[in-house]
Amino acid sequence: MATKSLKKRESELANSNRQLEILSNGIFQNGELPTFASKIAETDQFPLKAKKLEILQINVGYMCNQVCEHCHVDAGPDRKEIMTRETMQQCLEVIKKTGAHTLDLTGGAPEMNPDFRWFVEEAAKAGIKDFIVRSNLTIIRANKKYYDLPEFFKKHNVHVVSSMPHWTRGKTDKQRGDGVFDKSIKALQELNAIGYGMPDSDLRLDLVYNPSGAFLPGDQVSMEKDFKKALMEDFGIQFHNLFAITNLPISRFLDYLIASENYEDYMYQLVDAYNPAAVANVMCTNTLSVSWDGYLYDCDFNQMLELPVNSKAKHISEYNEELLEGRKIVISQHCYGCTAGAGSSCQGTVA
Amino acid sequence: MSKNYYDPADLRKFGKITEWSEELGNKFFDYYGKVFEEGALTAREKSLIALAVAHTEQCPYCIDAYTKDGLQRGVTKEEMMEAIHVGAAIKSGATLVHGVQMMNKVNKLDG
Repeated sequence: MATKSLKKRESELANSNRQLEILSNGIFQNGELPTFASKIAETDQFPLKAKKLEILQINVGYMCNQVCEHCHVDAGPDRKEIMTRETMQQCLEVIKKTGAHTLDLTGGAPEMNPDFRWFVEEAAKAGIKDFIVRSNLTIIRANKKYYDLPEFFKKHNVHVVSSMPHWTRGKTDKQRGDGVFDKSIKALQELNAIGYGMPDSDLRLDLVYNPSGAFLPGDQVSMEKDFKKALMEDFGIQFHNLFAITNLPISRFLDYLIASENYEDYMYQLVDAYNPAAVANVMCTNTLSVSWDGYLYDCDFNQMLELPVNSKAKHISEYNEELLEGRKIVISQHCYGCTAGAGSSCQGTVA
Repeated sequence: MSKNYYDPADLRKFGKITEWSEELGNKFFDYYGKVFEEGALTAREKSLIALAVAHTEQCPYCIDAYTKDGLQRGVTKEEMMEAIHVGAAIKSGATLVHGVQMMNKVNKLDG
């Protein structure tokens, strides 16, 4: 398992242009598979346009304590891109006036940003209905300075969303690194102990499942049942909902697909599972993604591919919800990942 | 035409059998889909049965399909291997139980 990001390894796939080339060439260039644009045009859904903003997702930095095999951010301990307090201040101005009902902080491990707690405290004052922090769980056990994170989250009524690729140690550690499963279990037990994830608790704890290899996620409802049964029986752990998320063919997952000679088969799977009903609710139509340096993107994936929003407002300092509404979403073949089967978003299935 | 009897790419073309016999093809796929829905058995249990039978039938398409289906349902490799052993046990048991017929015949002819 790699211990460094693609960027640190100077892999050609650290270059977003190279990734976009791969996604546009080969089977999509020779017509073997239809491009995403032509596919959505079949059902008159091209161009895809942004609706009213509901979710503001802010990526506070790419630094992470883990180097997961399939990370679309290419995050890791060696990534130095971290949101400054100045950019956070600009984000706070937007958070105070946004019509969005959900604020979603992500990373890397967002908790590793030195201004993370200050930002959460300030953002919580805006009183947004659903305030999510995407925590990788192991960060809570990574260092003494993070041990009190569960209490901190509780104090600010943060909705914790955490990755958990499987209920068994082997499959989890294969994807996320040795020892990740045991630390995650401990962190979940600590969150449960202060009320997170309990059946009638307002302290929301949801888990994110994404497949450990070159296959699509199964039915979200069935997977949730299996996760709940296994985690309760084996560890006495409870949580609210499971979000099943499809791995998009970018960054480290694209690297894995190519290295394991699964790329073409995976793209066939995505295209074969294309569901036009999912297109209507893809997250880019109600979400805006803000990068560590304040630039605006249609989604976290476009952020990593360096495909900025198609709007005059390109930076959080120029933020204008009316201007951004109705913008044309920037698409490529990676978008098939969000329209396969029951669809996929940071909030799980969409169709 | 391919020089191999089996081509992994042919699995995606399975649905085309309907083109040469629409009514029967559609009836088969309707039935097939219905069989694998949640019922008295879960879809996950049915997937494991299908994987075991795929092996006893030695159908490479079915093995590919139900290995992937199992992974999508969170089935572990240990569960998959145990399911195949169930199929293998029945296969070998079905061979060996005929040993009784052989014994009966020997006893009759040469007892």
